[in-house]
Amino acid sequence: MSGVWIVAQHALQEALRRRVLLVVLVLTVVFGGLYAWGCHALFDDLSGFRDNDDGLDATALAGSTIVGLAMFGGLFLGVVLATFLTAGAVRGDAERGLLQPLVVRPLGRGQYLLGRFLAAATVAALYVLLVYFGAILITGAIGDWWPAHPFGSAFRLAFGAVLVAALSLLGSVFLGATANGILMLMAYGAGLLAGLLGAIGDAIPSPTLQHIASTASWVLPFEALYRDALRLLVQDVPGVTGAIVQLGPLGGSHDAGPLLIPWAIVYLALVLAAAGWAFARRDL
Amino acid sequence: MSPRALAIAGLRKRYGRHDALRGVDLVIGEGELVGLLGPNGAGKSTLTKIACGLVRPSGGEVAVARPFGYLAELFRFPGWCTADEVLVLHQRLTGSDGGARERGELLELVRLEGETTTRVEAMSKGMQQRLGLAQAMVGSPRLLLLDEPTSALDPGGRRTVRDLLEELRRRGVAVLLNTHLLSEVEQVCDRVVIIDKGLVVAAGTPAELEGGSGVEVELAGGVRRFEGGREDVPRIVAELVAAGEEVFGVRVTRSTLEDVYLDTVADAR
Repeated sequence: MSGVWIVAQHALQEALRRRVLLVVLVLTVVFGGLYAWGCHALFDDLSGFRDNDDGLDATALAGSTIVGLAMFGGLFLGVVLATFLTAGAVRGDAERGLLQPLVVRPLGRGQYLLGRFLAAATVAALYVLLVYFGAILITGAIGDWWPAHPFGSAFRLAFGAVLVAALSLLGSVFLGATANGILMLMAYGAGLLAGLLGAIGDAIPSPTLQHIASTASWVLPFEALYRDALRLLVQDVPGVTGAIVQLGPLGGSHDAGPLLIPWAIVYLALVLAAAGWAFARRDL
Repeated sequence: MSPRALAIAGLRKRYGRHDALRGVDLVIGEGELVGLLGPNGAGKSTLTKIACGLVRPSGGEVAVARPFGYLAELFRFPGWCTADEVLVLHQRLTGSDGGARERGELLELVRLEGETTTRVEAMSKGMQQRLGLAQAMVGSPRLLLLDEPTSALDPGGRRTVRDLLEELRRRGVAVLLNTHLLSEVEQVCDRVVIIDKGLVVAAGTPAELEGGSGVEVELAGGVRRFEGGREDVPRIVAELVAAGEEVFGVRVTRSTLEDVYLDTVADAR
């Protein structure tokens, strides 16, 4: 396993030295500042809705919606980060001549792949968690709204980013960096779109749309994890407020069921095994 | 026969419908320097890549002494790394415990001793190629597989590589040198293997391959060439004079590796 650790360290060192992480952190601080500003303005504007007697909890509505928005943004940026760190890991680096001096060492292609995955998955997952918990803290501090299950949502979001890192690594065995990056972002977008269709399908209700969303959830479980994270965020919001936030664009009305996490773990193992199998058979 | 650093038997490689290698046999003994020659597309790089595990063979057997070092024809190190960091990374990957002493020695061998902290992105192509050679030697390999190691080097850099190859011979490191530069092969290699269209078409020591000589005689009607060596000159001249020719000059020629290479490759086509 020492080879895995050396490759992961090298990949992380590259991200640090090429200032990828610095740029990401600076932009995240800017994002956090804008988010805090938006939060402050949002909860300020809620004063007109307080003490109404129609059962609407304006604080919960605003809090869950804006945290849901931050989850969408955080996961998207985490996915971009995971994709950038892995899109050229095999074919891209081989075409540039970076890979060959490394894989001829007594390292093994599997260890190289695992090292790259470990680095990208760690960075992407930590980033998603940073944005998520940052948003939770900012929202709680400004609007005094706290989600009921912050850690369950956090786990699902981070796992979603990890799955994208694995998928991108698999894609990198077959495609160059640009083509693979485009493919990953399009797959991510397609997954989100399917999830939105599923939310609409739940609201109408439409079995066809629900079927599309369910199929997409199994094929691209990072989307299902994101939806499940949203569901955990709002599932304890009661009454009419709960109904509104669950059916909104950033709500989580769909319960993926108890098989989602086990399937995501199996999916991750299958994707990594496929990447290892394909890489072992690839001429460089 | 000396212990083997590399043993290849019946090696075949097929890319789609194209046979890159069609049954190559090659053995390199410990400490032996072997030059691999052949035109573009002959299969030299494919053979080297199979030997170091970058390409999977379609058939045949390959046995490589470990540890081995490899310098690819097209390679790059991360631009943000310094020369020392590149070598540290490869020391860690090979499990070398040579530390700073080994890195210093290797950089000195390739004339980069003052560039320890220079980033790769600030190096010329030639410097990067010499750093690549240093990288290939990390961990005291028993065999070096060098794919066009002088392609980006100026004459001074090529001289450095020749000196390096001599040093490797002194240390008993076996080398497979894949190159187009016949002069390098002539000067440093113990044996030469010429491949074309995926087959070995000639092999032997440079002297064995260059063996044939001839006699060029300048006559009134132009230059005529005869087979033979220095000892045949009196007889050839006497016969020409007896036949009524006027002889203006005589030169004993010896075929160069270049002649042999061009003839061999032409014959194979």
